[in-house]
Amino acid sequence: MRSNTVGWLMLAPTIAILGIFGIIPFIYVLYVAFHQWNPFGASPDMIYNGANNFRRLVFDAEFLTSIAFTMKFAFFAVLSEIALGYLLAQLFMKEFPGRGFFRTIHTLPLIVAPIVVGSVWRLMTTPSIGIIPYLLRNWFGYDLNIGRDATTAFTLTVIMDIWHWTPLVTLTLLAALLALPKEPFEQAQIDGANRRQIFWHVTLPMIRPAILATVFIRLMDALRTVDEVWMLTSGGPGAATRYVGLHIWKIVFPKTDYGYGAAISVIVLYLTLVMCWLLYVALVARRERKRTF
Amino acid sequence: MQGRNPLLYVALWLFLSLLTLFPIYWLFVISVKPAVDLFTTPSLFLDAIYWKNYVNVLGNETLRGYMLNSMIISSGNAVLVTVLAFMACYALSRFDLAGKENIFFWTITNRMAPAAVFLLPFFLLFTQIITFGDWKLYDTKIGMILLYCTFNLPFAIWTLRPTIDGIPKELDEAATVDGASTWQVLHEVIFPLARPGLAVTLILTWVFAWNEFLLAATLTSFNARTITTGLSEYVTTTGTEWGAMAAIAVITLIPALVIFAVVQRHIVAGLTFGAVKE
Repeated sequence: MRSNTVGWLMLAPTIAILGIFGIIPFIYVLYVAFHQWNPFGASPDMIYNGANNFRRLVFDAEFLTSIAFTMKFAFFAVLSEIALGYLLAQLFMKEFPGRGFFRTIHTLPLIVAPIVVGSVWRLMTTPSIGIIPYLLRNWFGYDLNIGRDATTAFTLTVIMDIWHWTPLVTLTLLAALLALPKEPFEQAQIDGANRRQIFWHVTLPMIRPAILATVFIRLMDALRTVDEVWMLTSGGPGAATRYVGLHIWKIVFPKTDYGYGAAISVIVLYLTLVMCWLLYVALVARRERKRTF
Repeated sequence: MQGRNPLLYVALWLFLSLLTLFPIYWLFVISVKPAVDLFTTPSLFLDAIYWKNYVNVLGNETLRGYMLNSMIISSGNAVLVTVLAFMACYALSRFDLAGKENIFFWTITNRMAPAAVFLLPFFLLFTQIITFGDWKLYDTKIGMILLYCTFNLPFAIWTLRPTIDGIPKELDEAATVDGASTWQVLHEVIFPLARPGLAVTLILTWVFAWNEFLLAATLTSFNARTITTGLSEYVTTTGTEWGAMAAIAVITLIPALVIFAVVQRHIVAGLTFGAVKE
């Protein structure tokens, strides 16, 4: 009989590292969140002010809109990535010449640094010098201006995110599709099920865990996107693409309002956690149910 | 599906590849243009290639240093993360540890934190708290290697666990009955079977560490400065040197590209995120 001590020993380094670099900073941020602290302001000392920071953020219109924008961004980006990623994964399931080559090409956006992604998209889309506005004007007579139109800027951040992260979704879903057993499909075909029925009743239930896990990782990352959007739009025009990560950054850095920034991040972390927890419960519940059958 | 022309798929993928490649192509276009040409009317194709940006970047000793730092930090982090995640996933998968599912979930919460605010505690941790005499974590490669575990280790544990769970328990039980030690089981049974999963974990964590920007920008100054941070130094208050920046960006893409192309085959085999195993 192997003892659990070995198991704990194997888990120990992970717990230690994440404890030091995860829990200690978190406790510190939580502590700061209950203080008024602007080390570069008029009163540089940390002053305990109870839940004032949290009270303040309920009435902070900028914060609330940034949360709303972030949710909207995460929703559209992740939903499109899952749909598109699934379609592309299905396309990769077929045999055709050059499949491996195209798969490598499709994976490329994944390896580009977020800060580079943002810069390139900015250069491509800036009015007057960008290639995309130029082509759109010449070919379709459409005037693209991300500096002026809020909806355009928002859409563009979503498209950029889709470009950058769909490959990851395609890879995870492709892995899931490849791991599926063949028999249920053959059986369904024998039973005369059409493609749509096979998708809803055979494929989808079986790859559901993989879809949920992918949504989980993507949602979490979409909610804290900063670098790319910052490089592309700097949060503008106005505050149309000032996602919550950017909002926090603005409060912590240019304004050095650490206490308030800490309070916001605690709340954002909490919201992300709740959303992910719900997804995780859905994920685990499914797995448990399978086991009891 | 059967009966459909495979050339149709090739055509479709050629089109999709154009969309995928365009921003990367454009990055290259910017990198081989003299600064003055960037602000004239854009044209889709290049009529002349100007290599000066690459000559400048590759001739810059500081930038070469940053690249070496990036290489050491991302490789060190990827190896450390993969080893730790392998052990952790084995423990989570095979032992009946109290509260292990909560630990599993807790690991991922470390990836959810908004980076901007954690910069300050990290900064204090690196400059004030973890110090031994004159030695600090600030601006050290080892500091960055450890720090990147906060977002890479959870990701690795989450990608690797289905792979380990998917290896039949009977295999290691049989080996244990035959007298193999835990180390032997890990080394001779689990490791070979988990290799595709480990390869993916290694590569993706390597890429994430290689591309990280915000933390590196705050917690390093020279000795551990990474190339993404070096790249941002070309965005200055007096304007951006897009050409040099794009050239660095193109250069940083190459190692990742090579690794990805080499291991392409294994990537999908290793990413069985929660796939059903009957």
